[in-house]
Amino acid sequence: MTETIKDSVKAFIIENFLFGDTSYELADTASLIENDIIDSTGVLELVAFIEDRFGIAMTDADIVPANLDSLARISAFIAAKSAVPVSA
Amino acid sequence: MCGFGGYFGSVPDGRALLEKMTVAIAHRGPDEHGAFTAPQAGLGHVRLSIVGLGDGQQPMSDATGGLTIAFNGEIFNYVELRDELRTRGRRFRTSSDTEVILHLYDEMGEDCVSRLNGDFAFALWDNRRRRMLLARDRMGVRPLFYAMRAGTLYFASEVKALLQVPGIPAEIDPIALDQIFTLWAPIAPRTPFKNIFELEPASLMVADERGAATRTYWNLAFPESDARSRHVDEGEAAEELRALLTDATRIRMRADVPVGAYLSGGLDSSIVSALAAGMAPQGLRTFSVTFDSAEHDESAFQHEMAAALGTDHRAVACRAGDIAEVFPDVIRFAERPVLRTAPAPLYQLSGLVRDSGLKVVLTGEGADEIFAGYDIFKEARVRRFCGRQPGSQIRPHLFRKLYPYLPGLKQQSSEYLAAFFGAGNDPLDDPLFSHRPRLKGTAATKMFFSGDLRAKLAGYDAADELMSRLPEAFGRWHPLHQAQYLESRFLLPGYILSSQGDRMAMAHGVEGRFPFLDHRLVEFAAELPPEMKLKGLVEKHILREATKDLLPPSIGKRTKQPYRAPDSHSFSGRGELDYVRTAMGEEAIAAGGLFNPSAVTKLYEKCRARPPSGFRDNAAFVGILSTQLWLQTFTGTSIRAAEAA
Repeated sequence: MTETIKDSVKAFIIENFLFGDTSYELADTASLIENDIIDSTGVLELVAFIEDRFGIAMTDADIVPANLDSLARISAFIAAKSAVPVSA
Repeated sequence: MCGFGGYFGSVPDGRALLEKMTVAIAHRGPDEHGAFTAPQAGLGHVRLSIVGLGDGQQPMSDATGGLTIAFNGEIFNYVELRDELRTRGRRFRTSSDTEVILHLYDEMGEDCVSRLNGDFAFALWDNRRRRMLLARDRMGVRPLFYAMRAGTLYFASEVKALLQVPGIPAEIDPIALDQIFTLWAPIAPRTPFKNIFELEPASLMVADERGAATRTYWNLAFPESDARSRHVDEGEAAEELRALLTDATRIRMRADVPVGAYLSGGLDSSIVSALAAGMAPQGLRTFSVTFDSAEHDESAFQHEMAAALGTDHRAVACRAGDIAEVFPDVIRFAERPVLRTAPAPLYQLSGLVRDSGLKVVLTGEGADEIFAGYDIFKEARVRRFCGRQPGSQIRPHLFRKLYPYLPGLKQQSSEYLAAFFGAGNDPLDDPLFSHRPRLKGTAATKMFFSGDLRAKLAGYDAADELMSRLPEAFGRWHPLHQAQYLESRFLLPGYILSSQGDRMAMAHGVEGRFPFLDHRLVEFAAELPPEMKLKGLVEKHILREATKDLLPPSIGKRTKQPYRAPDSHSFSGRGELDYVRTAMGEEAIAAGGLFNPSAVTKLYEKCRARPPSGFRDNAAFVGILSTQLWLQTFTGTSIRAAEAA
């Protein structure tokens, strides 16, 4: 499951932020901010993607670098959230 | 005001070449034109008549015929200089400011520039010493480009005149493109055109049979951070500032034609308009741009200020699609790729001024640089605080206060804002500390560069080159002054005054005048203690204090909203025109050779699907499109090649 989440997020990042540049070696733990992969509004695009693709409702408290600043963190965050039923 | 072109060296049919050069820049001087040739030298001129309407024709020679000048700009203290020269027995044949330069040069040689208060670029042929002098004003308001070809020096007010010279082709300079995609502007003397250069602000070039030598005659300098300022009393400083600004405006009202003013609704243009309105017994005419997007529009403030001053106010509406409509012309006049569309509404605005029968306007440009008005100065202060106080609980609140007008940032968590601004991460002793987030964010747009371009740029770093151009004393200045220097010395002439100032105004034969860039005011502001400029997080504090009786409180106390225009959004929806599809298409991108076609296609589709609100995608889109238009306009490479494919 985690691998699938990671693949899906990685594909989104490559398509949406790296514009198809597959030669970029995106390490699982590399910071998306420090490596200039996402900018301030890119975060909002990432949040929209997670909500749409995984059916997760994200709160403001969720939108912090600790949850979203690397492939590994995003994948872990989604996996954790997916394990909990989304409240109506 | 005007435009000129010329040469020093051997040219077979000089007069014919001068004719071609001046025709290429005829928009700068629609009122008259003239040419002068001598063995080894030629000057051509197109004139926008503002001072000395009947007798200021150029090129102008002195009474002996030994000195001849082609001049673009205005010398605002020409009245005082002429009176002074007359007391020394000098006789004037015209009422123009141009003749003042000739007399001053006759007395002082090239040091005459130190006496000139104005916005100027000129070429002066000294037939006695067989040499050509090129000179440019201190802040770089007026342009002057040059190129060497087969031992002859060619020069002109715009590059398009130089491109008339056989053997001077238009070819993009990859280094300049990298600089634009990092710093927003090339680092002078480099221009986007390979082997075509600009004379730097506050510089002189003397060319004679031994060659050409350039030197700087004035420097923007700040006091050392531990130096005691002469400005200890804020009230006195405000009083002195008011007197200087009033005089700077007064001498910029000098013209034999009516002078109007731009009125954006912000603090700076409102101050200038208020001062000018008090000096215009016949009334002041003001001009502004309005937008149909609430994020960019300031019309409520414009109307309030115009009503308060009782000006005859006109506005040009910049609607969805208008920017796309004029953008190819904008690039033709700007002569460079740009990352923002902000020049386009100013192009429309100067058209409105011209259609209204005026050809001179005052603007508030320059106040943000000299009185620390830009957000980047506040941002740097917050980042420094975070660097020094990593455990502070108020960090998140500070970042929230910085950019209230940016919708994308409004939704960001404080943790993210701190991360994006590199809070606490950048070394505090980095000379470019204040600009690192901007440089980093802008440079990210280079991900679209093609493999070929990347290979040509291998190892090159625009930020490193910028650092190599800093003065020796830079490290001993206060951090705010360092940031002000970077803005004033590089971005102001390299982008603001050229792409948004001179070129957009002169495209319609309109002269912009900048009271805040009077060098006396610039020098005064540089000496002020940093806390008088940026007080806490209140920008331009001393300027507000000095002018608080001039403006309604709603304007005088207004937080700065930087002038911006819709970016990639302008080119989609109603704004999507055929040329955009063609220029951003895979074939044209491949033919241009500068960008990765498939990456640009993805960006194009992304921007069309949902116009981005962030800087990077917008800047990349506008940067790539404008580069493609630049190629098409000046080299014929891109779209023509795609059409032939």
